[in-house]
Amino acid sequence: MQALTNRRKEVSRKPMTFIESLYIPAILKGMGITFRHIFTKNPTIRYPEQKRPFSPVFRGLHVLNRDEAGRERCTACGLCAVACPAEAITMEAAERVPGEESKYREEKYAAKYEINMLRCIFCGLCEDACPKDAIYLSETVTPANYTRKGFIYGKEDLLIPNRNVELEEYAEAIGESRRKY
Amino acid sequence: MTLLAFDWLLMIEKLILIAIIVFASLGIALYTTFAERKVAALLQDRPGPERAGPFGLFQPFADGLKLITKEEIIPGSANKGLFILGPGLAMTAALMTCSVIPWSSHVELFDRKIDLQIADINIGILYIFGVVSLGVYGMMIGGWASNNKFSLMAALRGASQAISYELAMGLSLIAVLMLSGSLSLKTIVDQQMAAGNLWNIAYQPLGFLIFFICALAECNRTPFDLPEAENELNFGYHQEYSSMKLGFYLFSEYINMIMSSAVMACLFFGGYDIPFLDESKLAVNTAAIIGVLALLTKIVIFIFVFMWIRWTVPRFRYDQLMNVGWKKLIPLALFNMLLTGAIILWQQG
Repeated sequence: MQALTNRRKEVSRKPMTFIESLYIPAILKGMGITFRHIFTKNPTIRYPEQKRPFSPVFRGLHVLNRDEAGRERCTACGLCAVACPAEAITMEAAERVPGEESKYREEKYAAKYEINMLRCIFCGLCEDACPKDAIYLSETVTPANYTRKGFIYGKEDLLIPNRNVELEEYAEAIGESRRKY
Repeated sequence: MTLLAFDWLLMIEKLILIAIIVFASLGIALYTTFAERKVAALLQDRPGPERAGPFGLFQPFADGLKLITKEEIIPGSANKGLFILGPGLAMTAALMTCSVIPWSSHVELFDRKIDLQIADINIGILYIFGVVSLGVYGMMIGGWASNNKFSLMAALRGASQAISYELAMGLSLIAVLMLSGSLSLKTIVDQQMAAGNLWNIAYQPLGFLIFFICALAECNRTPFDLPEAENELNFGYHQEYSSMKLGFYLFSEYINMIMSSAVMACLFFGGYDIPFLDESKLAVNTAAIIGVLALLTKIVIFIFVFMWIRWTVPRFRYDQLMNVGWKKLIPLALFNMLLTGAIILWQQG
């Protein structure tokens, strides 16, 4: 039979010599290997203080975006809810009244916008479906919660801080690697 | 009046010494558990415990507190008296060994010459062997009293292993005793310290190797940790134990390790001797303190080697264990003994 690789090694079945049967040379060899590991760098990431960066394409918790003037982009068109395979998104639309131009970008906005994080599969199809660039998946994972209700994120949880008013919160929400948005 | 003529100062001196040595060995054992975890981590490319206090130095206290505050369970089917006796016996036997180890030469305080050894009995080594054999009873009684088949199996293994390896250990020791002509540990150390004499390791390398392997087996350290083979026996002879009784068993193992390191240091590595340094030229008290440090350093090195071996090799199979003990180590020890005897005779002409 032809060998698949050239790494095949014949197993030796000959009885051990006296020295071998004391296992000492083999143990010393092993101890040499473990000793070398004292000097190797350990790859541990000390979690709560150090975090491993997620990949830029990581799909985490949702963010509702604002435009440069700090107005909400979402128009409650419902395309994200339609695209959602897990049916995790619900929303209610409302009409902008005069005087709210600085809060909402267009005439229609989402009065209620909820994502059930227990249903969500973080596929990112809502992000793809959105014609207004209003919803993004961020780089954070969903934190634990005590109740099922706690996993239903409303607008106050999802909406990104206003970049012109809440400067620090905005910087924190944007994070290091997403400065480009 | 004859009773009152007793040397009370000696009594007090010895009691203080006993207290110091017992608490010191408990403290060292505490930190040996920490060292074990750190060494394991080091050899496995991990950081090890580092959260409790600076560098995780308070970890042993956290562990101890955990053990003490745990619920104490005595199984209904267990033999209550023996169940309690087991860990106590293991601990007592482990601590008793320290009484004949010469920690250093002697200090001079308040015009008194105080030996840093609890008792310099002329059968020191024999005494250690006796006490160490007693330690097996702690394991046996614990395993039997738990009324659990795994514990009993583990205890049986432990006992048979200890008995098998004690033989080879004793035989390898005889060669050392031939050289020294004394059973007193103090005399053996003094001989190695004397000018012109080398440490016993130079004369007895094979004897040391056998003794070391047997010491590993006596302490139930890997690769001889069959009595606590988790994957075969769940947890070994102390499976039914909880709280501080379990702590006692685990602790006695570490104390055993320290004591066997101390015995090895005394028998083969010159005890409290520092190589290339003439202690007799120093002031008495300085020499004594340096001696203690030297012995402790040797003990620490031995403990490190014990751990290094533990985190390198897997456990022996039962038949391999018995083969190594009876068919390899005992003949080797006998050969070593004969060779030493022959050389001594030849030198005497």
